[in-house]
Amino acid sequence: MLDLVLTQTLNGLASASSLFLVACGLSIIFGVTRIVNFAHGSLYMLGGYLAFTLVTWLGPADPLGFWGGVVLAVLLTGLAGVLIEVLILRRIYQAPELFQLLATFGVVLMLQDIALATWGPEDKLGPRAPGFRSFVILFDNRFPSYELFLIAVGPVVLGLIWLLFHRTRWGVLIRAATQDREMVSALGVNQRLLFTSVFAFGAALAGLGGALQLPREAINLHMDLSMIAEAFVVVVVGGLGSVTGAYLAAVLIGVLHAFGILILPKITLVLVFLVMAAVLIVRPHGLLGKASVEPRGHAGQLFLLRPADRAAKLFGAVALGLLALAPLVVPDHVILTLTDLVIFAVFAASLHLLMGPGGITSFGHAAYFGLGAYGAALAVKWLGSPMEEALMLAPLMAGIAGAIFGWFCVRLSGVYLAMLTLAFAQIAWATAFQWVDLTGGDNGILGVWPSAWAVPKTVFYYLALAIAVLVIVALRVIIFAPFGYALRAGRDSPLRAEAIGLDVGRLQWAAFTIAAVAAGIAGGLFAFSKGSVFPTYMAIPRSVDALLMVLLGGVQTVAGPVVGAFAYMGLNEQLAKMTAYWRFGLGLSIVLLVVLFPRGLVGTWLYWRARRESAAQATAVA
Amino acid sequence: MPPVLEARDLAKSFGGVKAVDGVSFSVEAGKLVALIGPNGAGKTTCFNMLNGQLKPDRGEVLLEGKPITGLEPRKIWRLGVGRTFQITATFASMTVRENVQMALISHAGESWRLFGRADQRRLEPANALLDQVGMTQQAERACGVLAYGDLKRVELAIALANEPKLLLMDEPTAGMAPQERIALMALTARIARKRGIAVLFTEHDMDVVFAHADRVLVLDRGRLIAAGTSAEVRNDPQVRAVYLGSGATSGGH
Repeated sequence: MLDLVLTQTLNGLASASSLFLVACGLSIIFGVTRIVNFAHGSLYMLGGYLAFTLVTWLGPADPLGFWGGVVLAVLLTGLAGVLIEVLILRRIYQAPELFQLLATFGVVLMLQDIALATWGPEDKLGPRAPGFRSFVILFDNRFPSYELFLIAVGPVVLGLIWLLFHRTRWGVLIRAATQDREMVSALGVNQRLLFTSVFAFGAALAGLGGALQLPREAINLHMDLSMIAEAFVVVVVGGLGSVTGAYLAAVLIGVLHAFGILILPKITLVLVFLVMAAVLIVRPHGLLGKASVEPRGHAGQLFLLRPADRAAKLFGAVALGLLALAPLVVPDHVILTLTDLVIFAVFAASLHLLMGPGGITSFGHAAYFGLGAYGAALAVKWLGSPMEEALMLAPLMAGIAGAIFGWFCVRLSGVYLAMLTLAFAQIAWATAFQWVDLTGGDNGILGVWPSAWAVPKTVFYYLALAIAVLVIVALRVIIFAPFGYALRAGRDSPLRAEAIGLDVGRLQWAAFTIAAVAAGIAGGLFAFSKGSVFPTYMAIPRSVDALLMVLLGGVQTVAGPVVGAFAYMGLNEQLAKMTAYWRFGLGLSIVLLVVLFPRGLVGTWLYWRARRESAAQATAVA
Repeated sequence: MPPVLEARDLAKSFGGVKAVDGVSFSVEAGKLVALIGPNGAGKTTCFNMLNGQLKPDRGEVLLEGKPITGLEPRKIWRLGVGRTFQITATFASMTVRENVQMALISHAGESWRLFGRADQRRLEPANALLDQVGMTQQAERACGVLAYGDLKRVELAIALANEPKLLLMDEPTAGMAPQERIALMALTARIARKRGIAVLFTEHDMDVVFAHADRVLVLDRGRLIAAGTSAEVRNDPQVRAVYLGSGATSGGH
């Protein structure tokens, strides 16, 4: 028993090293640039692939070839970091945080297709590392010596970074900027150079993490998102910007994983989450994190939220009319697409309640969409419910989950909150994926068909459209009602909101639950529209879909998410038709959109209108 | 009848520094009391203990004789304490009128309603408050684009929305032009006297203090070193020592 415990501990420590390298890069980049780099997992994947190619090319048997390949891969990944920073991020440091995040997700998509095009879809199994091919006998078990090497890498890198941060000017600047970057720039430090070099350094660390995985496990195209989710957990548990914290958290998560797989293989991820939730409740800034200095002054002007004027109402009515008449003229497959579109409009509108008036960024809104879909599917499968009943159970299930998850989430704020929402979505996803007996695992649940009357595509379309209009109108009413105003008050100025007697935390919690219910309605409809549900409904890309729709339309507008949903899904559809590499196209479009329209589509339009009006006023006064 | 606000032996330390060390005073209805002192004297710490943002290490805060020590800010507000901030805090995505309406809605306990337009609620009292502070002209403007002095007046209107017994104003005139300062405090004094509101304010501008304060409390290094009318405080040798050369007669900052 004891030897088992020890081997698993060693296993945990070995896997903690790569996790630490990635998380620490992510943390350092965030500390200095305030950018949450979604693409950090992709840089890790890139490091792995580059190492595979370079090591194979330089000669895997030869120590110089292997280690030379690893070092080159690290340097090239760092260079890729420089490219990303200079070409994209540098242009959007002034944009709202979320848009930066979105841009990095665009990079994730582009790198996915670049990797697919370059290395193909099959897994790449690397060679063993020269010098570390043997086993060590530990506690009567054979233990690969490479694992021991990996265990050492973590503390060694930690030590080197400590030296770098405390003994070099560059390191001191990084620590200073992490504490207060405005002060650092006021002292005349070249920010551009600092940001680029920090990004390169963080990217190289991720590359190292990926390259070192080569002898351990196959390099594949899913490494990026699975790593980024875990790295977020590590960074949040350790404390943003704290390198030592990242190491402690990586060890904690790594060991927890190793034991979890041994004891409770089905709920490993749930275990990880529970630890994270516990840490964040006791220490809202992570183990070693400190509350950081918020940027002074206000980031971007907030728009007044006005009810639709006549032009907007007319536009809405015309659009709705067109949607209602569409089935008379368009072919069947377009009706299916339109059904998806109206469902996604509901999904986007539900997230908008959180992100707009609530000021809460959720990276994991797909959890509630997916739980709605699963709620409906499970009701059909296990309770034999008809569609009508299942569609009621969908929002119920999503709402209960939203109330539970939300209770934790609203205790935090900003990036911590966003990452916690992502972790919750990963839990929901993992549960659907791992709990095969209940959910069918990866095979999903099939045969979720509508009641006989709603089987015809046109009828189901009208059903979806009617429900969508109801939900979206209800969300609008809420936003303009006292509750919506109070929610917005908490976003605009928590200090003032509290000083006029508003309980901001509870308002946000309620908003979280309402948004989950609405997303659950969308999910339930989606399940019946497709006739099946799969764990991917709750995966990260689906959460990002929702984020994109809202941001594309514009967070500060009420019509934005609906317009965004149509624009985004339309774009998606067109790209998928045009090219097999639609991800690249989508990623590129996202990056371009963020760089060109940092306010979103509707937001940009409102901005131009507001400028025109104030110009007209100025002329009138003159 | 007990005073509206009474602080008894308040104390708060940060690390080894005694920011506030045994301060006691009271404020009566309809009176304006100024809390002054050099930078670092403990004015803001004192204020934050009164409104619930900080828990005192020692001592008590009484509102009309009832203890409110350590209650959350929103509960203290519900008991009838309005406040304005040193750096204005308003809702930037709302109009001036909506800011006041929001406070009125919260006061009426309607902030959880999911139906009905918020901007149609409590219109008349909102307009009346805006009229009092002279912001009717700008009622439709976004708070995010207002001049600083106007924001201060909006804050005053918000602070008056719950018909407070006590108004806590942390440097109400900071960042305003001299003329505006006198005007804002004159307005506050008028409203306070008419409605019988007790006002406690901190201030750096001695012109404002001596023109409007019924009583002046002087803090230095966490302790109350003098208290009395403007004239008494002005002639107090200890106060003179503390303020020596920093302009006991003209506007400081």
